[in-house]
Amino acid sequence: MPRDHTDAHDPEITAIVMRHMGLEGPLLPILHALQGEFGYIPDAARPIICDALNITRAELHGVISFYHDFRSAPAAKHCLKICRAEACQAVGGKALSERVLAQLGLDWGARRADGALMVEPVYCLGLCACAPAAMLDGKLIARATVEKITARLTEAGL
Amino acid sequence: MKKIYVPRDAAAKALGSDEVATALAHALAARGEEAQIIRNGSRGMIWLEPLVEIEENGTRLAYGPIAADQVDDLLAGKITSLGPVEDIPFFAKQNRLTFARCGLIDPLSLADYRAHGGLMGLSRAAAMSAADIVAEVTASGLRGRGGAGFPTGIKWKTVAEASASQKYIVCNADEGDSGTFADRMIMEGDPFCLIEGMAIAGLATGATRGFVYIRSEYPDAIEVMEAAVTIARAEGVLGADVLGSGKAFDLEIRVGAGAYVCGEETSLLNSLEGKRGVVRAKPPLPALEGFMGRPTVVNNVLSLATIPVIFEKGAAHYASFGLGRSKGTMPIQIAGNVARGGLFETAFGMPLGALVNEIAGGTATGRPVKAVQVGGPLGAYMPPSKFDTPFAYEEFDGQGGLIGHAGVVVFDDSADMVQMARFAMEFCAVESCGKCTPCRIGAVRGVETIDRIAAGDATAIPLLTDLCETMKDGSLCALGGFTPYPVMSALQNFPDEFGATPADQAAQ
Repeated sequence: MPRDHTDAHDPEITAIVMRHMGLEGPLLPILHALQGEFGYIPDAARPIICDALNITRAELHGVISFYHDFRSAPAAKHCLKICRAEACQAVGGKALSERVLAQLGLDWGARRADGALMVEPVYCLGLCACAPAAMLDGKLIARATVEKITARLTEAGL
Repeated sequence: MKKIYVPRDAAAKALGSDEVATALAHALAARGEEAQIIRNGSRGMIWLEPLVEIEENGTRLAYGPIAADQVDDLLAGKITSLGPVEDIPFFAKQNRLTFARCGLIDPLSLADYRAHGGLMGLSRAAAMSAADIVAEVTASGLRGRGGAGFPTGIKWKTVAEASASQKYIVCNADEGDSGTFADRMIMEGDPFCLIEGMAIAGLATGATRGFVYIRSEYPDAIEVMEAAVTIARAEGVLGADVLGSGKAFDLEIRVGAGAYVCGEETSLLNSLEGKRGVVRAKPPLPALEGFMGRPTVVNNVLSLATIPVIFEKGAAHYASFGLGRSKGTMPIQIAGNVARGGLFETAFGMPLGALVNEIAGGTATGRPVKAVQVGGPLGAYMPPSKFDTPFAYEEFDGQGGLIGHAGVVVFDDSADMVQMARFAMEFCAVESCGKCTPCRIGAVRGVETIDRIAAGDATAIPLLTDLCETMKDGSLCALGGFTPYPVMSALQNFPDEFGATPADQAAQ
């Protein structure tokens, strides 16, 4: 789980970066580790990564912005992902996501005003034979319904 | 001691198997009963998950689906068993080669793995010359299970014959196709099988390092594979001296970052190198200039996980299954709106309709099947009129389809085919890496064009057809190149929904 504060300090960032320098192709593992620690890739990390890997700021920005997973700003505290892919659509996934979004008053990717929750689309969670699928903070929900998702959100205090 | 199996597979967990396992442990303690709870992989009968198995006198009786509040009744013998797992018709009709151990063993017990034939293949391969290993794979007829169907033996031969100071084995576990979950299942249910297959690939090609690139959407698979690699290293299956062969092979687990296109092998290699997951032009082939510009085998999880059984039972045994040039078995994943969804491993050649209607029992809603999409988001929508097509590479190709990673997504008659075609274009627009203009821009224009058609403008149909041709011819990889499959198959098989006139249909 990401830490509850967002002030990343250079020595911590440097330590995370240096821990991965023995790997071949260390950039993605570094970005995952930073995001795991801070919840996003802090701006302060960029020059440190560029120095360590001898890449330009543009190259690094290109990588961070290419992948759906990486964030440059703090995420909401909790993230609900709902699958939009075909197998889930075959069993009402589209209507499900529309109803959940309407109930929460949120759009895809938007954070709730209190910063506690956001809903993101995901394209396949590998639960295609027990669809529709959703995931709240890494915990999977199969044969998802509005009621099931609401119950999980309530359990999480949302 | 009595053994109780409760799957740790992500699908089973998503249906409550963790809660069942916890409740069982409490109930056993309350009853003062001793039993070992084993968290196995899934047997693949997903509609029965959580499927609990109780082993007594050497027979494993199946119970499912079991909810956490039923465990007292289960232990008291008040729940009727489905019978021995192997006798459940869905299971009994399979030829399990690649998935023989999945769900049977404790995924993280190397002793259990060995007791069920594990490491026999690697032991045999370790005593063979590299050329003989490659020849065995070639003789098995194994073709790439990721979708392209390229002969695995030929790929390995190219890498084996390339000379370089360092070669690599890269396992593509970026299973992003909707309707597919076989890679996830085997990584969670029999991880040593994949590790063994990769080690054999290393011995065959002279590659001493490997990577498993797993998509970030599969946290359970990542966890199991990480643990399995640590165990394999400690037990000498990986490392400087693989099973005492004097040859080195080790591997690392790497995690993707939510980019569908990284399932394409050259994008995957760029991603592993720490770059944007942009497609590379071929040639050079990854087999000659792959990871870090060095010779690299890039194989799908299922291809590599099938290698051990080929060496355990022999290439001839494997090749004795199948149809025509599609040798062996395929773990077919049946999903979507289906009564009995799950993983069904069978020899190539079973007609599509038999899979959908007899094996899977038709739709979950009980309504008529309208179409099935085979091969993921880039696969064609097959109408029931094509249900006699045998499940095999060339046979599907001949019907304007592809088997891809063998995902079969069933839709009932409520499916809106224009919207499904639109979604294919939308998905392509979201996931395009941006390298090829027909894919990057074409997909966006495709969505707009289909919206025009949906609004009743049939004159946009020839434009859509033309756009699909351009995407097919002008894209480097399957994302842009194959997105036309679902779009055009929806248009051609369901022309009325697009408002196509007979003249439009003739023009196609």
